[in-house]
Amino acid sequence: MTLLETRGLSRRYGGVTAVNDVSFRLDRGEIRSIIGPNGAGKTTFVSMICGRIMPSAGAVFFEDHDITALSPWKRVMRGIVYTFQITSIYPKLTARENVALAVQRRLISGPRAFLSLSADALDAAIDEALAAVGLERAAERMAGVLPYGHQRLLELAMGLALKPSLLVLDEPTQGLAPGDIAPFCDLIRKTARTSTILFIEHNLKVVLDLADRITVMDHGGILAEGTPAEIERHPSVQQAYLGD
Amino acid sequence: MKQTARRSYALHFAVIAALFLLQYLLPPYHLGTFTRIMVYAVLAIGYNILFGYTGLMSLGHAMFFAAGAYGAGLSVHWLGFGPIAALLAGIASAFVVSVLAGFVVLRVSGVAFLIVTLMLAQAAFLATLYFNTITLGDQGIVLALRPVEIAGSAFALSDPVVKYNVALAAFAPALFFSLWLLRSPFGRILIAVRENEARTRLLGYNTFLYRFWALVISGTMSGLAGALYCLLFGYVGSSFASLQYSTLPLLYTLLGGTGVTLGPFVGTAIMYYLIDISSGFTSSYMIIVGLALLVITLWFPDGLAGQVRRLFKRRAA
Repeated sequence: MTLLETRGLSRRYGGVTAVNDVSFRLDRGEIRSIIGPNGAGKTTFVSMICGRIMPSAGAVFFEDHDITALSPWKRVMRGIVYTFQITSIYPKLTARENVALAVQRRLISGPRAFLSLSADALDAAIDEALAAVGLERAAERMAGVLPYGHQRLLELAMGLALKPSLLVLDEPTQGLAPGDIAPFCDLIRKTARTSTILFIEHNLKVVLDLADRITVMDHGGILAEGTPAEIERHPSVQQAYLGD
Repeated sequence: MKQTARRSYALHFAVIAALFLLQYLLPPYHLGTFTRIMVYAVLAIGYNILFGYTGLMSLGHAMFFAAGAYGAGLSVHWLGFGPIAALLAGIASAFVVSVLAGFVVLRVSGVAFLIVTLMLAQAAFLATLYFNTITLGDQGIVLALRPVEIAGSAFALSDPVVKYNVALAAFAPALFFSLWLLRSPFGRILIAVRENEARTRLLGYNTFLYRFWALVISGTMSGLAGALYCLLFGYVGSSFASLQYSTLPLLYTLLGGTGVTLGPFVGTAIMYYLIDISSGFTSSYMIIVGLALLVITLWFPDGLAGQVRRLFKRRAA
């Protein structure tokens, strides 16, 4: 069943076309990886899915609704959650406060809920999200002083706290210590039981380990799509991306 | 976390209780001074909701202060309102001005926000002069106020003790409201907007809406201060809309500490006395105020109340 679809999605910056006429489908429950060389248009493409960037042409459909004109915050409420390529957290707030912002967004709907939100429900959901990424002991520390890998995990915790139906991760393992990558992959697999995952990744080991299907982008378009085994065999992929 | 909340409310309650008792100790001159300080502190608390917590530095709060003052003063002078009705008219007037201003000034942020609020407030100042048939311009209006009647007894607003308690009755809820607001989920979002707006948007928050409400709350509270000032001192004039009333709340909050709910009050009290005392020595007292601000921004960037809180935290840790 299709969760997300783009039709003819394009983004031009002046004379430069970052994403060119991309039609793409993502099934519910899938773990999909997007790979491709630098400048292939991967980040621009997923940014149009989550609403950070508006497309120059084309349309985005989510759960069969046209969300092309929807603001990013409304997309979050529909279940599309994005984590940034360059870690974007609140460095001067504690890890707990960072996650609280995500949790309360899910728990509060409408102005009256601002007054009735129970502190216990908030605390419980924060603890759950921090525990999911193993940061419960860093809860009261300033996010900005956490090691970089922990900041990445904190950002993921904020994403998980929103209980997304589609979680978009932009190069999630970048900056993680080699020893942290295997637990991270386990976490993504666990998350995939309840969310569909779309992630941009340069670490091919992670991609081949996690992805059900892989989409290869180059020059703003889709070069190939298939299972990890198919992609590994694909001649033009080997030429353009794997480099041999 | 809940314990710190309880301690924080206890501290603020102690400040209010101390201010209540102070009226039995203060000599008349200082009673009047503290009345003014509490009214200005309401202005500064309102200012701090936008500046300290939402991260928007305005140089236009004189407009909101004056909207409250004129809303109250004009309704007394031209419509014959009593003090309580006039106070409500002042608050309503500041609310309307804040909503309208919000749509204009929130199109920009950062330095541009500073400039746009300044220009808008200057335009409002000139408007108070231009419509001098209504406002009586810079000469202003001296109000003839009826006493406030509560439960059968009448209180004359000209009585210094009544003035003091009215100011306290406005200051206390303003202080507790700001404390409650900033500890609430709403306040958490305001801080998030200040710290990282792009991230906040992608957590599902319409950040414009939160900046807008922060401005409306801030402007309305500053208007309450204006209305109160006008009613307690029986006068309203163009000077209420002058640049001074935009820069003062900024200086008060910087001095006291932007990230602390008690900061605006502490800053107002110290700055007021600093000006009061130094103007007794020299007519260039702003030099002394300027020096004080330099010292604060260089060595105590969290302001005085912020510095005190930091010391306590260090000792507790």
